[in-house]
Amino acid sequence: MVTLGHYLVVSGALFALGLAGVIARRNILIIYMCLEMMLSAANLTLVAFSRFHLVDHLPDYGAQALVFFTITVAAAEVAVGLAIIVALFRSRQSVDVDSITKLQG
Amino acid sequence: MSSPPPILNIVLFLPFLVAVVILCMRRLLKGASVILSVASSITCFICSLMLLGTVERVYPMMDFIHIDGVFDAGILAIVDKQSAGMLFIVTFIGMLVHLFSLGYMKDDEAQPRYFGALSLFMFSMTGIVLAANLFMMFIFWELVGLSSFLLIGHWFHKSSAAEAANKAFLTNRIGDFGFMIGILMLFGVSGSVSFEDLKSSLESGNLHAIAAAHPTFMTIAALGLFMGAVGKSAQMPLHVWLPDAMEGPTPVSALIHAATMVAAGVYMLVRVSFIIAASPLACDIVAGVGGVTALMAALMATQQNDIKRVLAYSTLSQLGYMVMAVGLVAMNPTHAGNADSIGHPGMFHLYTHAFFKALLFLGSGAVIYACHHEQDIWKMGGLRKYMPVTFWTFAIGTAALMGVPGLSGFVSKEGILDVAYGECKWLFTIGVVTAGLTAFYMTRLVVVAFLGKARSEGAKHASEVPLIMLVPLAALAIMSIISAVPSVANGLNALKPVVEHGHEGHTVMIFSLIALVVGAGGGFLLYRNRDSDPVSIKLFANKFYIDEFYAGLIKYGQDRVAWVVNALERIFADGLVARLPAAIVSKMGSQLRVLQCGRLQAYTFLLGAGVLFVIYILVFVLPAPGH
Repeated sequence: MVTLGHYLVVSGALFALGLAGVIARRNILIIYMCLEMMLSAANLTLVAFSRFHLVDHLPDYGAQALVFFTITVAAAEVAVGLAIIVALFRSRQSVDVDSITKLQG
Repeated sequence: MSSPPPILNIVLFLPFLVAVVILCMRRLLKGASVILSVASSITCFICSLMLLGTVERVYPMMDFIHIDGVFDAGILAIVDKQSAGMLFIVTFIGMLVHLFSLGYMKDDEAQPRYFGALSLFMFSMTGIVLAANLFMMFIFWELVGLSSFLLIGHWFHKSSAAEAANKAFLTNRIGDFGFMIGILMLFGVSGSVSFEDLKSSLESGNLHAIAAAHPTFMTIAALGLFMGAVGKSAQMPLHVWLPDAMEGPTPVSALIHAATMVAAGVYMLVRVSFIIAASPLACDIVAGVGGVTALMAALMATQQNDIKRVLAYSTLSQLGYMVMAVGLVAMNPTHAGNADSIGHPGMFHLYTHAFFKALLFLGSGAVIYACHHEQDIWKMGGLRKYMPVTFWTFAIGTAALMGVPGLSGFVSKEGILDVAYGECKWLFTIGVVTAGLTAFYMTRLVVVAFLGKARSEGAKHASEVPLIMLVPLAALAIMSIISAVPSVANGLNALKPVVEHGHEGHTVMIFSLIALVVGAGGGFLLYRNRDSDPVSIKLFANKFYIDEFYAGLIKYGQDRVAWVVNALERIFADGLVARLPAAIVSKMGSQLRVLQCGRLQAYTFLLGAGVLFVIYILVFVLPAPGH
């Protein structure tokens, strides 16, 4: 029997993996993918809670509707984010975050 | 209450308007400012003549501060015999001084500034004279202080003049604090600052109850007011500023530091004499301070060599006389009842003194002008031949000051000595001795400066001053002679004091005549045909070392206190309050700036760590909700 706990563990693992990637990797594209992974972890949590939170013996579909919004917004955000990365690459010929230090005081 | 007659508005506000116009646009106006100022002084004089016979009442001039039921102090003009008479003195001498200044200040570059300040002074002095409440009087009191400061420091590029101006201002400030305390005490009890209300309150109100229950309260309040007069009228121990104030132009000395402003203290004391009379101790102190000042200043005058300083000490001494008279009159309840204005010996002496002292100062101004700004009497001599008009007018002024019978000074001095004889024999003795000393030093001054032969090149080439300067001298000389004639005095609202002692009057007169003859004769015999001072009394020449004493007091007292205060300030205000927090913040800043490395992932890491930390706190440290 798959319980809420299993979902949460997977979701937590996804989130931790994403965070580790964001912190540890240098390539900005990878960091970006890891960010998306963290977002997915959050979505997964929402869906899991929705499934296990019963209202009148039915799952709470409000949360699942919310997840659709999140996915849509994330898609738009990906478009913007990738555009920024492309612009960054054009100006710096590099996708290494360590080389982006222009704002350093 | 009706609206004030237009002349009252003119006499008060015209000089102010002129002063503002001149001081704001003096570069634009140049010579026109002089004409403006002189014209306003003449206009004011005419207005004050018209006011002499008007009805006695209080006119509201303008609203100033009005809080319903709490405080009401408008600019109200009181017109009675005392104020109208005083206004005449102020505007008359003011006008003559304006005219005299036309000649005396002819070559001065800052002429517009001088005349502007003079007009400001006329405004302030008129305000004091017309003040119907202590609040208004205090405002104008400060204003005369300001204009006096401006005029003493007219030649501010001379450091001695600038210092004298500061000294006058600061010394007056001490007195003004006392004045303010006195006003506030009276206001606190009676709830009003107007003379009328205070008087009725003292007769049958809160003030009456307080005076009966706590005599000390009245004494302190009266002495507070008196302190204002001590500062302004340069009584002991705040007299030190007046001799130094002679650094100002001589016409200013005549107007402000001899005839009018310094007399404002006496004028105010006479106005509030009903308050002083409420406290016998205050009466004694007022009379005593006056007497001591009269004597000490006369002693100092005998050893001065600067023509203006001799006159300055003489002014101190005469002011002492007036203050003494105020105290003496207030002592006796029968006097005190009708001591408002009419027949007050102090006020009468103020009136006659204003003329002959202004005359003497303007005369000394003429001498200084003729001798090319030489003020040392030992470098003059023989001026009688070169400046006959000045000499004769000066001699008339001197005679009036010494109290030669027939001249105004004799009558008014007699009035004071008369009261002194009736009230206190000690002060009478002081008065007679002072009269003798006055005769002595004035004879010395005239003999050394005008008789004998010229002792310097400047004096040899002296010539009579222009007509514009002689006219004021002549006018004042005439007033010095006739001002005490009853018909003139009555016309000018300065009634002669009533002599109450029938046969004792003769005793007083005999004493004062003896003093006059001894003093004048001694002075004449001692100083005739001398080239240098035969007597030298260091104590008198150095003004009893009072200035040195004050300097020492400040050096050893104030400077020590200042050192301690400075140290405290450095430790607490500077160190603990300002520097320490600044140091902490700066230290923390330099430590924390390490965190701002500018690397994206470091921030992300910190963010993650922070989130973890918050979660840890929420889950493991804080109690779970609901428990």
